[in-house]
Amino acid sequence: MDKLLIEELYYLMVLGREFEYAAKEHYMSGDISGFLHLDIGQEGFSVASMKAFAKGDVFTTYREHVLAIARGIDPNVVMAELFGKVTGISQGRGGSMHLFDPSHFFYGGDAIVGGQIPNAVGCAYARKYQDQMDGVMVVFGDGATNGGAFFESLNIASAQKLPLVFLCENNRYAIGTNITHVAPFEKQAHKAKPYMPILEVDGMDAIAVYETIQKAQQYVREGHGPIFVEAMTCRFEGHSMSDANSYRSSQEMEICKSQDPIDKITKKLPKDLIQTLQTKAQKVIQEAVEYASNSPQPDISDLTKHTFTEELNHVVS
Amino acid sequence: MLYREALNLALDETMAKDEKIVVLGEDVGYYGGSYRVTQGLYAKYGEKRLIDTPIAELSIVGNAVGMAIGGLRPVAEIMTANFALLAFDQIINHMAKLHYMSAGKITLPMVVRFPQGVSRQLAAQHSESYEQMLCAVPGLVVFAASDPNYAYHALKKAIMMDDPVVFIEHELLYNKKGEVDTKNSIDPFKAQIKKEGKDITIVSYLKMVDEVLVAVPKIEKELSCSCEVIDLCSLNPVDYETLKKSIEKTTRLVMVEEDHKTGGYGAQILSWVAQELFYSLDAPPLRIAGVDVPIPYNRKLELASIPTVDSIAKRIISWGEKHGI
Repeated sequence: MDKLLIEELYYLMVLGREFEYAAKEHYMSGDISGFLHLDIGQEGFSVASMKAFAKGDVFTTYREHVLAIARGIDPNVVMAELFGKVTGISQGRGGSMHLFDPSHFFYGGDAIVGGQIPNAVGCAYARKYQDQMDGVMVVFGDGATNGGAFFESLNIASAQKLPLVFLCENNRYAIGTNITHVAPFEKQAHKAKPYMPILEVDGMDAIAVYETIQKAQQYVREGHGPIFVEAMTCRFEGHSMSDANSYRSSQEMEICKSQDPIDKITKKLPKDLIQTLQTKAQKVIQEAVEYASNSPQPDISDLTKHTFTEELNHVVS
Repeated sequence: MLYREALNLALDETMAKDEKIVVLGEDVGYYGGSYRVTQGLYAKYGEKRLIDTPIAELSIVGNAVGMAIGGLRPVAEIMTANFALLAFDQIINHMAKLHYMSAGKITLPMVVRFPQGVSRQLAAQHSESYEQMLCAVPGLVVFAASDPNYAYHALKKAIMMDDPVVFIEHELLYNKKGEVDTKNSIDPFKAQIKKEGKDITIVSYLKMVDEVLVAVPKIEKELSCSCEVIDLCSLNPVDYETLKKSIEKTTRLVMVEEDHKTGGYGAQILSWVAQELFYSLDAPPLRIAGVDVPIPYNRKLELASIPTVDSIAKRIISWGEKHGI
């Protein structure tokens, strides 16, 4: 793989981790509220999948800070959203779980487990209709593969031969329930097998994820229809800040942390470059926190703004 | 023109002008629509624009949301209101909220159409009305079409608007005949005064507007009064201006609706009147709604569960006599 690309993946992973550390810190201090789902340990997956699928539309679930940043969205406006500020990407209306930016083809941030999958199917229909075959990628966790929305989507995407990459981030836990307690197998790709081809990848290996997603996108570009990618990952933290992670043994956590995707890629870069990139990432995140802290609160007089489009203002007022 | 033909014409005319418009739903394409609303469109626009879906309502609406995000203008048909319940996650959590949650960055120019209400002995899982739930969700425009002219103009507007619209039809209205003035468009957000009067304002919508209009001559004769009949048309947002003007004139309000009484749609109208127009009233408002019971199969029981011409007339006459009209 190209050295510059490895460098970029590394930088974004470190940037993502620094972002999550800062988010955690400012959640503890009370600047950030609500639900906060950290991506620590899974940055390799998030960064590589977004970089590999640079062209095309992305729909994701609610653990999406790093996905958004890797997509190219300014960390300042992501952090400001977590702080609930008017400068946030969703002007303080969404928070951590609801980051959206159509200018980056990022329709992020869905907090109904599996709810974004049918939306991605519809968008893939639109892209095929418009002859834009870069396609759509939908990211979801193993927990979403047990719901009806997922199965309906496999069926429709396959019947319609839609340019859609199903990307399952399987960290084996739906909050605190191990996937094997609620599904008959650990690998969820089995569920997609009757409908489409499957690619499996180590989600803790950023380079492998990158190459797999590229392959998957090539497949949909060629018009074969949807494809399913399953990436096995491991999150280092609880499901959210309100989860103490007590359902995993220290031994399991040790194995989990030994797979750190950042460590894996660090070995491929010179030490001085690592240092430079780390310093740069820390500075960017520090600035993002300052930006978020210094930004104004939304105006209460704008409370109902965006309930409808401006076209309807005269009717609803 | 028939009501279903008016809907068909609205779809046809907008689809001819704008290639971004697609229709999706169960049996909407090759079959021509369960109530023949999409008849002939499949032959004209093909399978890419008249999309036959599996029986998977969550996906019908969920896919429409994604199509709208992707730049299309989808019109989703759900076969009947009860089936829309399977899509309520997508309607409420996605269709209604994405514009707000994204601070206006995502717009969803889409329509979800479905018929509702009591038809003829279809029992509890095919006869219900859900406007009260949908109007309780901020972010959705809710239209209820009671006649062909409104159906035609309101559906055209709904398709071309950038806000998500729930477009409610009634199972018994599809073969209703009426003039459609295609030349003069109407404002679908405005309530329509179906009949002018000076003593009682009767507010209704959808199929019940017809029942009220048939009941009115008897009411007027018995009470020696004149009734003003208002069709709300847009259930959310509500044209309170038109209501206010009428109620201030007549000083009396009757609300007639087909949905169940507890938590039913008309409760909102009465609560508004109580707060805003209390001192304009000469009688306590009357609300006539469906009984709080799952709609039964037996025809006698079924008719007893919703307002009918006779029960509307009877209730209003006895209310009028009691309050000295």
